[in-house]
Amino acid sequence: MKLIYEKSQPGRRGLGVPKPDLPVPAVPESLRRKEPPRLPELAEPEVLRHFTELSRRNFGIDTGFYPLGSCTMKYNPRINERLVGLPGFASLHPLVEDDAAQGALELEWNLQEILLEVTGLDAVSLQPAAGSQGELTGLMLFRAYFADRGEGEQRRKIVIPDTAHGTNPASVTMAGFELTHVKTDARGNIDVEDLRAKVDGETAGLMLTNPSTLGLFDENIEEIERIFHGAGALMYYDGANLNAVCGISRPGDMGFDVVHINLHKTFSQPHGGGGPGGGPIAVRGILEPYLPVPVVVRENGTFRLEHDRPKTIGKVRGFSGPFGVFVRSYAFMRSYGPGLREMSEVAVLNANYLLAQLKDAYDLPYERLCMHEFVLSARALKKEHGISALDVAKRLMDYGFHPPTVYFPLVVPEALMIEPTESEAKETLDAFIDAMRAIAREAAEEPELLRDAPHDRPVRRLDEVRAAKQPVLRYAFPS
Amino acid sequence: MAASESYPDDLLYHPEHDWARVDGDEAVLGVTWYAQDSLGELVHYEAPDVGATIAKDSSYGEVESVKAVSDVIAPLSGEVLEVNQAVVDAPETVNEDPYGAGWLIRVRLSNPEELSELLDPAGYRAVLEDA
Amino acid sequence: MSYLSVTDADREAMLAAIGVASVDELFREIPDGVRFGRELDVAPALTEAELQRHLEELASRNSVEEICFLGGGIYDHYVPAVVDAVLQRGELLTAYTPYQPEMSQGVLQAIFEYQTAICELTGMDVSNASGYDGATVAADACFVAKNVTGRSRVVVTEATSPQVRRVVETYAPGFGLEVVEVPHENGATDPERVREAAGDAAAVIFQHPNFFGVLEDAPALASAAGEALPIAHVDLVSLGVLEAPGAYGCAMAIGEGQSAGNAMSYGGPHYGFLAARTDLVRRLPGRIVGETVDMNGERGFVLTLQTREQHIRREKATSNITTNQTLLALAGLVHLSLLGPHGLREVGEACLALTHYARGRLSEAGLEAAFPERANFKELVVRTGRDGREALAAARATGVYAGYPLGRDYAGLEDALLIAFTEKRTVEEIDRLVEALS
Repeated sequence: MKLIYEKSQPGRRGLGVPKPDLPVPAVPESLRRKEPPRLPELAEPEVLRHFTELSRRNFGIDTGFYPLGSCTMKYNPRINERLVGLPGFASLHPLVEDDAAQGALELEWNLQEILLEVTGLDAVSLQPAAGSQGELTGLMLFRAYFADRGEGEQRRKIVIPDTAHGTNPASVTMAGFELTHVKTDARGNIDVEDLRAKVDGETAGLMLTNPSTLGLFDENIEEIERIFHGAGALMYYDGANLNAVCGISRPGDMGFDVVHINLHKTFSQPHGGGGPGGGPIAVRGILEPYLPVPVVVRENGTFRLEHDRPKTIGKVRGFSGPFGVFVRSYAFMRSYGPGLREMSEVAVLNANYLLAQLKDAYDLPYERLCMHEFVLSARALKKEHGISALDVAKRLMDYGFHPPTVYFPLVVPEALMIEPTESEAKETLDAFIDAMRAIAREAAEEPELLRDAPHDRPVRRLDEVRAAKQPVLRYAFPS
Repeated sequence: MAASESYPDDLLYHPEHDWARVDGDEAVLGVTWYAQDSLGELVHYEAPDVGATIAKDSSYGEVESVKAVSDVIAPLSGEVLEVNQAVVDAPETVNEDPYGAGWLIRVRLSNPEELSELLDPAGYRAVLEDA
Repeated sequence: MSYLSVTDADREAMLAAIGVASVDELFREIPDGVRFGRELDVAPALTEAELQRHLEELASRNSVEEICFLGGGIYDHYVPAVVDAVLQRGELLTAYTPYQPEMSQGVLQAIFEYQTAICELTGMDVSNASGYDGATVAADACFVAKNVTGRSRVVVTEATSPQVRRVVETYAPGFGLEVVEVPHENGATDPERVREAAGDAAAVIFQHPNFFGVLEDAPALASAAGEALPIAHVDLVSLGVLEAPGAYGCAMAIGEGQSAGNAMSYGGPHYGFLAARTDLVRRLPGRIVGETVDMNGERGFVLTLQTREQHIRREKATSNITTNQTLLALAGLVHLSLLGPHGLREVGEACLALTHYARGRLSEAGLEAAFPERANFKELVVRTGRDGREALAAARATGVYAGYPLGRDYAGLEDALLIAFTEKRTVEEIDRLVEALS
């Protein structure tokens, strides 16, 4: 398929621009553009066709089953797209005075209230643009809290389990803390004895996802809470796996002091090929003074943005946050009401059903019920037939499914992390089970089918080594 | 084309999958077959500067494949005399010939006593068994 | 209304296959002490019709009928209908990050085309696939500069957006950075002051056109950075008429992309762009798409140089960013593709012409530009003769949202409004603005 630049023809144009009947002042010579940028020149029909063709080479949740572990690829309700486009939302400038944005501010307030109920905490900032940014913001709150108490110098360390998502250690570095790793035991819980030895007066806190990236609820969470709070440290909850426990267990009740929620996972903001997302944080009251500004405040039935808060850490993003994401997530939450609990129950039911039907065909590292996702290993296929998790993933494409997450978490070799979500019908799950079992058989009987897979996509397997060794990162216009 | 598995007898080994070929007060250093096999085809080698000081058990550079990056751990301390430009230009040389053309740096040793802490091929193979 | 398919019959069959008697049993490993023992205290579920009614009611209490002269980083540019049509394609809207390239050639190629467009506009060699917004990419750029130069000081002009500066200051302690501001003088920045501040700095960041809409002496600011990396914070829509940062020696070009392709939407989601010289590529945060071939020799696209990123390099990653703003960046690409180079130039010229016209008419009415010797792109700072917020209130009463009062952000500008003129504004609307402020 051609690039849009390869379809460009000089003299074509897709959009006319109003031309005021006014003189155009000259830009000073030293600041003036000399060479026009080589943007595409196409008429509107060709532009639309190009992007339509691109979309047909892509696979979304709308296309089919997308069981990426830890990504929560649930159905993105279409009403939300209509609502986000309402002129009262789409045409609202973020710098309008608060009286001109009462509907928007009330929406933000309502969203915050629901997040407080789901997390069991005391205050919310909607500002972070994604889970990673929520993590970084949470760690900045830790630093501000300890500095305010005169413990800033000594509280240097953040503890994370070896199953942690890569964003956690990266956030620790960006926040200026040091990392301490804690091991995972044979049941998939944090090794409490290892933890006890590593938490002391130099510990600022814990970053944990619960259920973990293994899809397992940490059975020792209450003891973990005692260890951290007992040492004067704080606890951060990575909300990536919140879809398992809405209305069933609240991070605030587990003892966490800061929680980020991934609106693009649990609350249906579409992933858009990589983003946007939303990573709001909910915090315990002790951390409220440090929240980023502005904060949504309700007074006498009206809403305003409060910018002047003396202990705030500042701003992590422009304005109050990604408002369009709030609209969609709020609408999703209002569609479920208290039924958000059933959402989580079905997410966990669907995952356990897949697990029960697949654990004999693949290796199961942890002999437990799972939560909303689970990890299998293709280790036996590798050993006996030279087939890797990657090969299984590529062959699933031929069966019309998006592959699950592979090679994560790192503690499981040849990992396949599967998360069906609650919005899949049983027939889809059964078809996936059949495909996975067929692939396990093919691994033994016809392994070349897997090694050459996929066969039916717009491209075959791609040379990633070449892409890294000879990076071509933009179109090379012919000179 | 990756080399087949081997751990030559004339080399000394470090548990973090690095080797040393000692010659008087100098040594040539590199990564073992196991290291290049775990990483896959190398696409990038971040080398130290000539003249830099390296310390035993610390990282002196990085090698990257498409899906992983790994510190290269110094088995011995010393001063960097030469960097293998051939590997900088074609990192896959390490996969093809990890002990020959795929050497990474040459150093002047600062603490020859450290040699006694390194493993012979049998000792290194034992480390791999446990891994 | 939920989006669940599961029926009682489904539930029964699945529970039997799992080997438990009830759904509740699936949660037996959660300790009793942390079980939530009641219903969620939230309003009852709404059907789609009820949901629409509720959201329409909320939307109706936002005021969007006043003529919009607000700017300050987010602008009322025209977003063409084809952008909406493309964003509604479910295969793009509901797709994940393209880690499995054979399933995602659409998104990957679109990002590659976006990267190309950003490089073309900014005169840089490499662009990432987007950052969160125009403020956080400034923090990203500081992190790059620190890692590249080993130095910990960053110089930022006061004429750079207050939001951008505030975000950089918020990130600075974690990065171990010291931030130094160079004050504006009469609405622009003196390169000599930058030169004095830039000794031993990692980077110099300047916005151009700056927050006041004024054209800085950008080439001189870039060269005044000396050994520090010059980083220009620019407006994509200006780059049809203004020179590319790459052409005057910048190491990086960053900014807020909203003007190209995104509705204002009360501040987001939008996209930050970040482009750089080739030698910086391994330090860049965020995803990057590269071209390659498949096993049949067919051209294809993949995420590349992933070892920079958090999922591989973890605590040594160039950033923790994972989810970015791909769909919004794609909207920008579509918009720029419809405009082409001539359309983009025309948008720039319309902005210049309308701003110039407004300046003349306002001056005739006794409302002087705060920085009369400066040249402007699409925004103007105007002294209203009274408190800026009062002038705004009076204008709003006549249906004109006249601008942004600068008193809270800049000393000495309590009587000033920052007024923006995009290609959507007309001569008639500007005449009404003048009347509303007189």
